[in-house]
Amino acid sequence: MSERGEVWTYSEDFGLMLELLGKGHELAIGLQTKLTAVLLGHNVKAQAGELIRYGAQKVLVVDSPQLKGFRAEPYLSALTQLVKQGEPELLLIGSTRRAKELAFRLAARLNVGCVPDCVNLRIDEQGRVLMDRIVYGGSAVATQTLRTKPQIVTVPPRRFEKLAYAVKREGEIVEVSGLQLDEPKIEVIDIKPIERAEVKIEEAKVVICGGRGLERKEDFKILYELAKVLGGYVGCTRPLAEDRKWFTEWVGLSGHKIKPDLYIACGISGVIQHVAGIRDSKVIVSINKDPEAPISEVADYIIVGNLYEVVPALTEAFKKLLT
Amino acid sequence: MVRVIVCVKQAVDVSKVKVDAITRRLIVADAPRKISDFDKNALEEAVRIKEKLGGEVLAVTVGPEGARILLREALAMGADKAYLISDPAFEGSDTLATSYILAEAIRKIGQFDLIICGEASIDSFSAQIGPRLAEALGIPLITYVKRLNVEGDAVIAERSLEDCFETVRAKIPALITVTKEINEPRIPSFTAIMKASKKEIVTWKATDLGVSAEKVGEAGSAVRVLEVLAPKVERKRIVVKGETVTEIAEKLAKTLIQEGVVEVKR
Repeated sequence: MSERGEVWTYSEDFGLMLELLGKGHELAIGLQTKLTAVLLGHNVKAQAGELIRYGAQKVLVVDSPQLKGFRAEPYLSALTQLVKQGEPELLLIGSTRRAKELAFRLAARLNVGCVPDCVNLRIDEQGRVLMDRIVYGGSAVATQTLRTKPQIVTVPPRRFEKLAYAVKREGEIVEVSGLQLDEPKIEVIDIKPIERAEVKIEEAKVVICGGRGLERKEDFKILYELAKVLGGYVGCTRPLAEDRKWFTEWVGLSGHKIKPDLYIACGISGVIQHVAGIRDSKVIVSINKDPEAPISEVADYIIVGNLYEVVPALTEAFKKLLT
Repeated sequence: MVRVIVCVKQAVDVSKVKVDAITRRLIVADAPRKISDFDKNALEEAVRIKEKLGGEVLAVTVGPEGARILLREALAMGADKAYLISDPAFEGSDTLATSYILAEAIRKIGQFDLIICGEASIDSFSAQIGPRLAEALGIPLITYVKRLNVEGDAVIAERSLEDCFETVRAKIPALITVTKEINEPRIPSFTAIMKASKKEIVTWKATDLGVSAEKVGEAGSAVRVLEVLAPKVERKRIVVKGETVTEIAEKLAKTLIQEGVVEVKR
């Protein structure tokens, strides 16, 4: 066994858990330690084998009727006891709104620090874990370290790749029983699922986005036509959603953060908060009347012109070339 | 009668932060400060609760002496009394240290029914203060609240989560963090601003709270910031030109197909 504590991962979201294992795998190698997944819930034992095949060397399972459905207090008490017993070096927690509460309250209970929403994690020559997070509304990346143990970080979805599924991977499954699970302090009265579009904008390969250059909501029609030809998804900027109330969701740091293969900004000036949400796109195209618009600084291809002429022309061009 | 404590942060106005073009370092020191946006939503909600049920709203901030001006704004928005928790020893505090200071200040304030915080601050966007504070005070926590009602000795809150809206009930005292959706913060009238100048701002130092020196400031902080840099921009920045819009569009379409970012249908 290594002297160093292990790298642990936890997320109540199975897909995100696999991404954490992908990054955790790399970090555990760098820290020369083991990668352990924490699995909490009711009737979840079957998932343990899957986690191993996605890279976990060990899975700590707490399976209890009291953990049916995510509730902060019982989950927090389980996690706190596991961490106190296992003393991990680094704990990666999936950055959902539910689990962020868990991470921060765990850190408070253990009287340690926590770095939320890490967009990258690296290990330097001294063996320190360097944590990158976006600050100042998207204008900068802060690189931080934690001097308390365990080092607790949260990791947003779709940031890291999961490992390929491998049947041959082996690991240890440890069922933990006898933990004291707290009663929830909050009573859930009602749950209304949010209807989401079938394709998530985060998963689209092509995104066409409209900004304040669009004069009326109906004008989005030309964006949808281009999106149809490209098999893409249409989004908007925050002012169109929040100020003009045309849509309920937007692309940007405070909304959907995306990294498609192709991002086409139509009539978007490119304020820093918007750019922070699209920065990782493979290719960025801007269509804007103003050649000086800040979006030009971060675009690969720039068309200076009237989007009402350029967008339909682009649709026609793709129609001609693609079919 | 409800006693509501609102935690406000003096945040960097992120829209006014400049970047040094050569070093990519942020020039934060000169950027103006303001009440963090979501904290204004927290204040507005507290004032609305007071207007409905009666009671009192107390605004608390941990920050430099300069944060006093923001407390005046909170008072103009409808808070009845404000607390400036300020001491040179607090400089460099991270969320671990700040939540400890805030918890001690709130213990000194005494009885309360609700604590309301913004979901996160606009500059560091860490979102930890509310959860840490609830934990320190041992009270129920409800995060990401978009609708709030006080009913007797309980709060009913609608939370905005990624996949659902969750309506929950908790006994008070409780701590709530609110999202931007919950309300539209008021802009104080001239009369309200004049009135606010007569309201009390209590100032407490480290010694007033009896906080231990090793738990505040840099000594009490777990996070070390190594650097803060604007991201590198490595984009082609090619202006696509041509005689006609059609020509420009075709040129771009061809390039994008060549780059392999558009799928060609068979």
